[in-house]
Amino acid sequence: MVDIVVASVIGVASGLVFVVWNIVSVPATAPLAALLPGLQALGGGLWLFAGVLTGLVVRKPGAAAFGELLAAAVSALIGNQWGALTLLSGLTQGLGAEIVFAAFLYANFRMSGAILAGAGAGLAMAITDLTVWYPGSAVPFAVIYTVSGVIGGAVLAGLLSWLTARGLARAGVLSRFAIGRESAARV
Amino acid sequence: MKAFDRVNPVAKLAAALAVGLCLVLTIDWVSAAVALTLELVAFAALRVPFRIVWTRTAVVWIAAPLTAVTIALYGQPSGQVYFEFSLVHVTDGSLTLALATGLRVLAIGLPAVVLFIGIDPTELADGLAQRVRLPERFVLGALAGFRLVGLFGDDWRSVAVARRARGVADNGSIGRLFGQGFALLVLAIRRGSTLATAMEARGFGSSTPRTWARSSPWGGREWLVAASGIAVGAAAIAASVAAGTWNFIVG
Amino acid sequence: MSNHHPGAPASVTVAGWGWRHAGRIAWAVRELDLRIEPGERVLLLGESGAGKSTLLSALAGVLGADSGESEGSLLVDGASPLPGRAGLVLQDPDSQVILARVGDDVAFGCENLGVPRDEIWVRVRESLSAVGLDVGLDRATSALSGGQKQRLVIAGALAMRTGLLLLDEPTANLDATGVTDVTDAVARALAATGATLVVVEHRVSVWRELVDRVIVLGATGVIADGTPARVLSGSGAQLAARGVWVSEHPTTPPRRRMVAATQPLEQAMGLGIGRGAVPIGRELELTVESGRCLAVTGANGSGKTTLALTLAGLLPPISGRLEALPPLAGRIGPSPIRWRSRQLLTRIGTVFQNPEHQFLSSSVRAELEVGPRALRLTPAETTARVDELLTRLRLDSLAAANPFTLSGGEKRRLSVATALATRPRVLVLDEPTFGQDSRTWSELVGLLAELLDDGSAIVAATHDQDFVHALADETLALS
Repeated sequence: MVDIVVASVIGVASGLVFVVWNIVSVPATAPLAALLPGLQALGGGLWLFAGVLTGLVVRKPGAAAFGELLAAAVSALIGNQWGALTLLSGLTQGLGAEIVFAAFLYANFRMSGAILAGAGAGLAMAITDLTVWYPGSAVPFAVIYTVSGVIGGAVLAGLLSWLTARGLARAGVLSRFAIGRESAARV
Repeated sequence: MKAFDRVNPVAKLAAALAVGLCLVLTIDWVSAAVALTLELVAFAALRVPFRIVWTRTAVVWIAAPLTAVTIALYGQPSGQVYFEFSLVHVTDGSLTLALATGLRVLAIGLPAVVLFIGIDPTELADGLAQRVRLPERFVLGALAGFRLVGLFGDDWRSVAVARRARGVADNGSIGRLFGQGFALLVLAIRRGSTLATAMEARGFGSSTPRTWARSSPWGGREWLVAASGIAVGAAAIAASVAAGTWNFIVG
Repeated sequence: MSNHHPGAPASVTVAGWGWRHAGRIAWAVRELDLRIEPGERVLLLGESGAGKSTLLSALAGVLGADSGESEGSLLVDGASPLPGRAGLVLQDPDSQVILARVGDDVAFGCENLGVPRDEIWVRVRESLSAVGLDVGLDRATSALSGGQKQRLVIAGALAMRTGLLLLDEPTANLDATGVTDVTDAVARALAATGATLVVVEHRVSVWRELVDRVIVLGATGVIADGTPARVLSGSGAQLAARGVWVSEHPTTPPRRRMVAATQPLEQAMGLGIGRGAVPIGRELELTVESGRCLAVTGANGSGKTTLALTLAGLLPPISGRLEALPPLAGRIGPSPIRWRSRQLLTRIGTVFQNPEHQFLSSSVRAELEVGPRALRLTPAETTARVDELLTRLRLDSLAAANPFTLSGGEKRRLSVATALATRPRVLVLDEPTFGQDSRTWSELVGLLAELLDDGSAIVAATHDQDFVHALADETLALS
C-alpha cells in the first residue's frame, strides 16, 4: 500500500518536473540540434527518470512502468505539445525501463542496473519519437537521435535517478523500503 | 462550455486519444489539415474561452513550427533540392513532410489541451476505476499522491526563502533548483508515507469489495463526445486516402 | 472468532506483546501486558522511544507482517486487529487528508468497508455534525485549518463506526484553537458512540478532564497505571523530568541578566506586510532592540509569520518603511530585503517553523558548516565554531547523522544551531516551540535567554503563551 502511494508521489513530482522541462527543453536543446541534428535527444533523458527512479525505490514489478506513465499523465493533463499521445510515450518509456529491470529478475538495483534501465528507456523513447513524431526523417538523423537518446537516458535517467534514490534513502524517508534499510545503520 | 465541463473526463480522454491515434498513423498534410479544421470548428461551437486556451496551448503553437523546421532540414530527401549543407537537405519531399508534421502537431496537441482544461482529478479517478475498470489501488493511490504534491506550492516558496536565509541564495541557480527540488521530494515522500498509513487505517487496500460514494455518469453526452473524437480521426483518415496522400508511418 | 459488532465499544487485550521493526536490532516494545475495557478512555504517556506509536499502529492494524516481527498476542475484541476497525488520528493534519472535498474524504473509509452508497452519505452527514465540522460537503479540504482537518479525520473514523479511537499526538502541530477543535470533536464523538479511547500526548492538561485512566509506558513495560489524579501526583515529577507537560510541575522560567544599555537595531514605521500583492497587516510600528525579546502574537492568518519574515529581510515590505539602523547594517544599505544572502548571515538569522525547509546537507556537521563556509571563514575557525555549537546544543552524538533522520526536538535544535553558526545580532524565530515536549522547551528557552544576555535581539512569532511569559520583553499582538 505504501508502495503505491510513494510511487505515486514520485510519479506526480516527476510529472511536474516534466512540465517545466517541456518548456525549458525547447530553447535548451536547440543549440544541440544546431550542432548535430538529432543530438537534442540527449536532453530527452530528463523525461525518463520517473520510471527508473520509481523502479529503484519500490523494486517491484510494474513500478517503473507505473511511475513513468503517471508522470506522463500529469504532464499531459496539465498541457503539453504532445497531447494525449504523451501517454503513449509514457507507456513505452516506462516499459523500456521495466524490461531492463525484469531482465535482471528485479535483483539489480545498483548503479549498473539503473544506468541500463535508463538506457532502455532512452531507446524506447527514441523509437517512439522517431515513429510517431519524426517519421519522415532521414537515416542519419534517426541514428544520431537514437544514440543520443540512449546516452541521455543512461546519464540523465539512469545515473541521476540512482543518485537521487540514494540521497532519499540517506535522508531516511525510505525506511519502509528495502533501499532504505540498505543505507540505514543497524540500530 | 458549462454542459461540456460536466461530461465524464474519461469520455474527453477517449476523444483526445482517438484523434491522436488516428492522426499518428499517417504523415501527410491532408489528414492533419482536415482534422485541424474540424477541431477549430468544434472549439468555436463549444464557445471555448479563448484567453485560457491561448495561454495553455502556447507550447503547442511553439513546438509545431520547430518540429516542422527540423523535418524540413533533416527529413527524407526526395525531389528537387533547394539547399544542401553537410547533413542538411532541404528538398521538395522534406518540405512537404515538414508541412504535414507541423499541422499534425497542432491537430494532435490542441484538442488535448482544450479537452483537459478543467478536468476534476477526483472525477477522472472515479471514471477510470468505475468505467474503465483500472485497478482501484493504483487509481486511488495516484489520486491521493496527486493531491498531496499539488499542495506543495507553499513549501516551494518556503524552501526558496529559507535558502536565502542560509546564505546560499546568491548564485548558482541550477544547483539551487536541484537542491530545492530534492528537499521538497524528501518532504513529499515523508508525507506520502504517512498518508499511506492513514489510508490503510481507513481500510484501503483490503480484500473487501469496495463501493463508490460518487457515481461516474456515462450516458448520451459521453458517447457523443467520444464518438466525435473518433469521427474527426476517421474523417481525417478518409480524406487522406481519398486524396491519395495516405502515407503510413512505418515504411 | 471475533466478537466485533460494528459500532460497539472495543476491548483491548495485550499479553506479553513485543514488536521489532524490520532491519533493527533493538525491540521497539517488549513484554507488554495491558487490558482496556470497552468504553474506557486512556491517556498513554511515556518517553519518546517507549513504543507508544508502535502500540497504536498495531492496534489500528497497520503494522504489516512484512515490516517487522512480533511476539506475544495483541487482540482487539478478541481478534487480531484489522485495518479499518479502529480509527487512527496522527500528528500531521496535512498528511491525513486523502481527497479534495470534505464529503468525499469522510466517505473514503465507508467506501473501503463496502457500505452501500446511500448509507454512506447518511453516515457522512451524521459524522460531520457529530464532530462539529459544518462546512458543507463540497468544501475544499485544503482550505481547512489544522484543527479542522483533524476534526475531519475524526469524522472519517466515526463514519466507519469504529469501536476504538486511537489518537497519536493529535494536537502537537496545532495552535490553541486547533487544540480545542480536537478535544471538542473527540468529546462529542465519544458522547455519540461511547467508543474506547486511547490517546498519546505529552500535554496532559488538555486531556485530563476527558480520560479516566492514565497509563505510563517505559522501557520495561507499564510503569504506572491508574486514575489521572493518582498517577500524576505519584509520578508527576518523574514524568515532568521526561518531558511530559504536567501542570503540577510547571517549567521554571529562565533567569536573565537584563542588559541595561540596549541599542535599537531595526525599526519599522508605518510598515505594511503581505505576500505578493495581498496586504495582511498595515501601519505597524515597532523597534527591535539588542538584548530584548519581541514576541509577535495573534491568531492563525493574522500575519505573524509574514511579519517575522519581513523583519528578517526575506519578504519585501508592501508599504511604509523597514529600516536597519547602523549598529546592525554597518556599511551596507538600510533595507534588509536588498542585502545579499551572505550579508544577512551575520546580521539576521532566521529559524523557520518547519526546520526541514532549511536543511541543505547530508550530515549535521556539514549542515552547521554551511553558514561559516558561505562567509569564507578559515577551516580552523569553522571547525571551532561547529564544535562549540555541537556541544552547546547537545548534538555531538549526532554529528554524522542525516538531518532528516533526527527527531522533532533534535531538528529544532539543529535549525537554531545553524542560525547561530554565523553569530547574527538579530535572531528571528517562527513558532520555535511548536509541538515540543517540556524538556526540549526548557532547553530552548534557556538558550535564548543566554543569547539575550549576550546582547542579541530576538523576534519570535508564537502562539505559545508560556513562551511569551518566560521570555518576552515586549509583545506585539496582530489582529
